[in-house]
Amino acid sequence: MNVRAHMSMIFHLDKCIGCHTCSVACKNLWTDRKGAEYMWWNNVETRPGTGYPTQWEDQEYFKGGWEKKGKGLKLKLHSRLQGLANLFFNHKLPDLKDYYEPFTFRYQDLFNSPEGKDQPTAIPISMINGKPIDIDGGPNWDDDLGGSGIYANNDLNMADVPEETRQQMQELERLVFNYLPRICNHCLNPSCVAACPSGAIYKRAEDGVVLVNENECKAWRMCVAACPYKKVYYNWNTGKSEKCILCFPRMETGQAPACAHSCVGRIRYMGVLLYDADQIPDAANVADEDLVEAHRAIILDPFDPEVIAGAKANGIDDGWITSAQQSPAYKFVKEWKLALPLHPEFRTMVMMYYIPPLSPVVSVTENGLYQLDIEENNHDFEIFKRLDAARLPVKYLANLFSAGNETVMREILKKLLAVRVYMRRKTVVGKVDEVALNALDEAGLSEHQAIAIYKLTTLPTIEERFVFPPYHREMDIEASMDPLAHKGEVGLGFIQPPKRSS
Amino acid sequence: MDWNQFLFVIFPYMALTLFVVVTVYRAIFRPFTISSLSSQLLERKQLFWGSISFHNGILIILLGHLLALLFPQSLVLWNSVPFRLYLLEVTGLVLALWSFVGVLILIVRRISVSNIRAVTQPTDMGVLLLLMLSVLSGIITATGYRFGSTWFTGVFSPYLWSILTFAPRPELVAPLPWTIQFHAFNFFILLAIFPFTRLIHIITYPLSYLFRPWQIVIWVREQRKQNEGRS
Repeated sequence: MNVRAHMSMIFHLDKCIGCHTCSVACKNLWTDRKGAEYMWWNNVETRPGTGYPTQWEDQEYFKGGWEKKGKGLKLKLHSRLQGLANLFFNHKLPDLKDYYEPFTFRYQDLFNSPEGKDQPTAIPISMINGKPIDIDGGPNWDDDLGGSGIYANNDLNMADVPEETRQQMQELERLVFNYLPRICNHCLNPSCVAACPSGAIYKRAEDGVVLVNENECKAWRMCVAACPYKKVYYNWNTGKSEKCILCFPRMETGQAPACAHSCVGRIRYMGVLLYDADQIPDAANVADEDLVEAHRAIILDPFDPEVIAGAKANGIDDGWITSAQQSPAYKFVKEWKLALPLHPEFRTMVMMYYIPPLSPVVSVTENGLYQLDIEENNHDFEIFKRLDAARLPVKYLANLFSAGNETVMREILKKLLAVRVYMRRKTVVGKVDEVALNALDEAGLSEHQAIAIYKLTTLPTIEERFVFPPYHREMDIEASMDPLAHKGEVGLGFIQPPKRSS
Repeated sequence: MDWNQFLFVIFPYMALTLFVVVTVYRAIFRPFTISSLSSQLLERKQLFWGSISFHNGILIILLGHLLALLFPQSLVLWNSVPFRLYLLEVTGLVLALWSFVGVLILIVRRISVSNIRAVTQPTDMGVLLLLMLSVLSGIITATGYRFGSTWFTGVFSPYLWSILTFAPRPELVAPLPWTIQFHAFNFFILLAIFPFTRLIHIITYPLSYLFRPWQIVIWVREQRKQNEGRS
């Protein structure tokens, strides 16, 4: 057992309202620079939809992630030799058109235009070459399907959803979307790291953050192509690749990453997960339907004495172990088994997890009238037998979060529904009846668990949502210099300090 | 001091000094500035035709020059059979033409695509033009003064060795026609500007990729311990 710690984020999709506050917070902090304008280290996609960059999930086209070949895993992008041969032209690098050409507006025209009959307008110009452009895409042009069903129809996760269901989803009354916020998944088996010919990308063992060493990066762009989530971006100005850094400077000082901290719906949770690094190769190499289970299996129980001993042997201190025991990530992923990795079939072993959304109330149109699809004398429209009538097909959610495994998805939706039914009985009706208890029973939850899930979902304080371990930056500083001298120099910063004495 | 002395003794040593000293300095102290500066994201169609043909063509030809420098006897031996000589010469010429077309496409792309112009430095243009001249003068040499692969071993192999062994013999290149002299001198210009331009990305060709483990995990804490041990 090789115990390592990881900072993981949980996205509770039921609470996401698609407001893009996370994206803007991230943009303001990290990517508001020349060459980085088109980068959205955090973006929010409308689902069903094509995402950003357009159709990033199409690995037959983009060749991201890993695939099972023979006994082991192979990069879908290239073998080592192919990697070196394709340096001069990276065949699978997305085009700028797959993102969008960054633009701004010539606001000076509003003030400098000569007097005329018409109101002057600020025309759009490219942020790359400064020339007027016709804008034909933007970071969130698929937002709420952008007024067109085309985005939803081209969602790859809809491919094996029955035609009938797809037709139903087209009806205005049944039209449904949910939102999918995405950041770098800081994978355990990252394909960007494996694909980098320069070896410039690495994973920090202490907290699992995957970083690009900008000094080593030589712009071969293989990481951009190899990441199945398209979360490494190429800065066309500096000639270096960049990606989400999980706001490690914030985490190291006990603050939540900007995207999580700014979240209006408070959908994001963060905490430590302990995992067994020795098991990664095997866990990434199981059959598609077993991926979720294998993924859960490498997450270790932070209360297990053996795990604690292993953690200490690897230098993980008590503060981190305590933090792992209080981690909301551990509760959602392992204890309650509610949170799932996004597209586990890419086999990069992502460490950011999603709690799938419940569908809105099931409804039909009859004689042009909008009606709830419920029985006359049973108003529990959320009971499980309705799962197949849910407006977001279970198959669709399974394609997103469990490599198509509907059983795993049903278990989670049942749990979420059972908690809802139980809490409604408790707070609205005033007493817990047989129906609610049966629902809990069928979902495999105890009353105690249901209440805990309810509390962490709806009423958590900021300290419960973000449980950060002590990073002990002061000890890092002490190792290299006098902390007081460091304090005096903070803010000025030397790239290459003068050396005048030893 | 005559021109020959300057062009083929003094300047080569200046160029070599710059090449070694500045390249090492930049690689160690200014690593962030070293990048292949790819512009594929901004334009890919023309780059496909330009970059692949130029890079592959020039790479093999440079390798050929290097082999001629290192193993002149073997080359002469190889060329002793006419068929093998023709094969070598024709291959070289085709590769040269291939990379010439490539470099022309790259130059046109730099000028005509506005997004590429936006990321073009004057040095980028300079490098491309010098490379174009280098390939062009090489093609003229190969077609006009046959057979280069044989006489190279008698002229340039000893001359380049004389430079590298600090016993310069510029008289070897003095009687050559000016196109060939230009081809050689142009090489030293490229050598001199190498560390100041994007040419420096050549030294970063990541051969180590063939041998490293797939995953790279770094314990920052252990690095810290190592640093402590060192100081």
